[in-house]
Amino acid sequence: MNRETLVSTLLTLSEIISTSGNETPMRCALRPLLEGHVDDLRVDGLGNLIALKRGTGESALRFLVTAHMDEVGLMVVGYTGEGALRVEPIGGVNSQLLPGLRVLVGSARLPGVIGLRPIHRASAGNFKTVPAVDNLAVDIGAKSREEAEEAAPLGTPVAFATTPRNLGESLMGKSFDDRAGCTILTALLQGERLPFDLHGVFTVQEEVGLRGAQVATYAVDPDGALALECTVADDLPKEDEDVSPTTQLGKGPALTVKDRSYTTPPRLLRHVMLTGEAEGIPYQLKQPGISGTESGIIHTVRAGVPVMTIAVPCRYIHSPIALLRVSDLEHTFQLVQASLRRMTPDVLRP
Amino acid sequence: MNLELLTKLTQTFGPSGYEEEIREVLRAEVVAFADEVRVDPLGSLVVRRRGKEGGKKILLAAHMDEIGLMATYVDEKGFVRFTSIGGVRPTNCVGGRARFADGTLGAIAVEWREDATTTPALEHLYLDVGATGREDCPVKVGDPAVFVGPLEARGRRLISKALDDRIGCYVLLEVLRQLPETPHDIYFVFSTQEEITLAGARTTAFRIDPDMAIAVDVTVTGDTPKSLPMDVALGKGPAIKVKDRGMIAHPLVRDLLVAAAEKAASPYQMEILLYGSTDASAMQLVRAGVPSGCLSVPSRFVHSPSEMVDGDDVENSVRVLLAALPLA
Repeated sequence: MNRETLVSTLLTLSEIISTSGNETPMRCALRPLLEGHVDDLRVDGLGNLIALKRGTGESALRFLVTAHMDEVGLMVVGYTGEGALRVEPIGGVNSQLLPGLRVLVGSARLPGVIGLRPIHRASAGNFKTVPAVDNLAVDIGAKSREEAEEAAPLGTPVAFATTPRNLGESLMGKSFDDRAGCTILTALLQGERLPFDLHGVFTVQEEVGLRGAQVATYAVDPDGALALECTVADDLPKEDEDVSPTTQLGKGPALTVKDRSYTTPPRLLRHVMLTGEAEGIPYQLKQPGISGTESGIIHTVRAGVPVMTIAVPCRYIHSPIALLRVSDLEHTFQLVQASLRRMTPDVLRP
Repeated sequence: MNLELLTKLTQTFGPSGYEEEIREVLRAEVVAFADEVRVDPLGSLVVRRRGKEGGKKILLAAHMDEIGLMATYVDEKGFVRFTSIGGVRPTNCVGGRARFADGTLGAIAVEWREDATTTPALEHLYLDVGATGREDCPVKVGDPAVFVGPLEARGRRLISKALDDRIGCYVLLEVLRQLPETPHDIYFVFSTQEEITLAGARTTAFRIDPDMAIAVDVTVTGDTPKSLPMDVALGKGPAIKVKDRGMIAHPLVRDLLVAAAEKAASPYQMEILLYGSTDASAMQLVRAGVPSGCLSVPSRFVHSPSEMVDGDDVENSVRVLLAALPLA
């Protein structure tokens, strides 16, 4: 996949609404991108989309690469008497972001707004605190509770209403976490055959507990794995300069040494770093000890799986508008593909 | 007690996820006594002693990883910020030293704080490795380190870093050496990553599919000034786990260890631990479930550079396990 196709694929996937537990729209969007490029495509009991791209037969390795289809968002859990929707967060949503936000409700993509009392009616104290999600409601213009129930039954997903933008060097949009990973995994599966079988899994329910990856890893039973992610770039000006930016835009794929959920086996990390150096692909090490990824569950499955998270650095993830650099997206794809091409059983040795 | 061996075990580098060095030390100790030695995908060292036809599969696990630190950021002046590997408390860090895999030593210091009466967070600490700037700093982001804490014997008491759980590894090595013919297949597992995710023992137990699993680990005590009330003391015998934060020991395993202690005429204590857990909590949930328990070596100052155990408790732990295996 070239730069233009990576960008157009990510922008297309970014617009799809696919909150955790409601990933059908993403599966439907991915299928046509994969058919004809893979040797098998199936959906498991939890909704993971599992693709198999056979290798050339040179190596007997079984390799797993995951990217999660789900995104954070909200879910309808009740109604106000006036016909607004009560919601609960799905995954890690910062409630500071919500007041005044435009959202899309359900598969019909009904426009909604998370309303707040206008400034004319707010008492002075109201401005100093952020309302909790419990005190917010989504207004879809329904005139009664009955009308709201009809339009958005309990459990209806609610997502950020964001139109992605191509800024040339950068992209803006929602749910780059983890549509960036899905884009790269799609590119891998559309690309060349590797020496070994590649099991590419587009997983469900990462944001609510790594659930899809757990069962997919059990089913695939791989010798090694990569989790493709989109991770925090905290490289904005700060009060204290002597603090890690976690990752920085434009410095290449972010390699995880250790996060809260797992530690990358040293040989595997070294392999990816050496691949970057040999191929002239930039990379950066993500600040260790922060956040968790699917690697946190993948490494514990069955007899244990050597696994590593590689991520596209991105500002403002889990918000309505994230921002990433096209060069990082492209370099992440290149580094992942090259690292797989050079993969040997020795790299996965403990 | 073989203090030379224990010195080697406690002083070898091996924070969670970086167990290669300690694994090789252990491998050299076990080869002469093993029917089979292998390394699992996450790095656990598995040592098998074959039993007789129709015997059970018994897994004994001691974790070879230790807590540690990892560099997260090197600032312009060459100071190193760090995160924890496992349960590292800031109060156990300040004034201490950390050593990286290449031998680089760092002093652990804390920022000046207006209110020094409160406990600092790890974010307020840093390592000074003697660098004058980012360029000459030998430490890079992602480099792991361990506490510095040499082994010292004071009477029957032993003080060192990483007695959690190299003392368990020591006990397993002694059991392996002294174990005569056994009716059962015994798997001695030196597990990885216990301090972070329990992933080593969990995955190795999956592969072995044992009939019973016993973790050998340290537990804290209630015998120090103003300690958390707990009915375990140093020097009063190995502690047989009843319950901790992650598991309730299987009654059959618990009672087996009690019977073994009685048979070996070893003192013992029953352990109820309010905080923390061991590999056993992960192993009990593998596959269709594994009856699991834990024999604990009482230890003071766990997760500090100066952990303390009693030599009699260590030797009695070996005797209890040797008595337990034929009873299983």
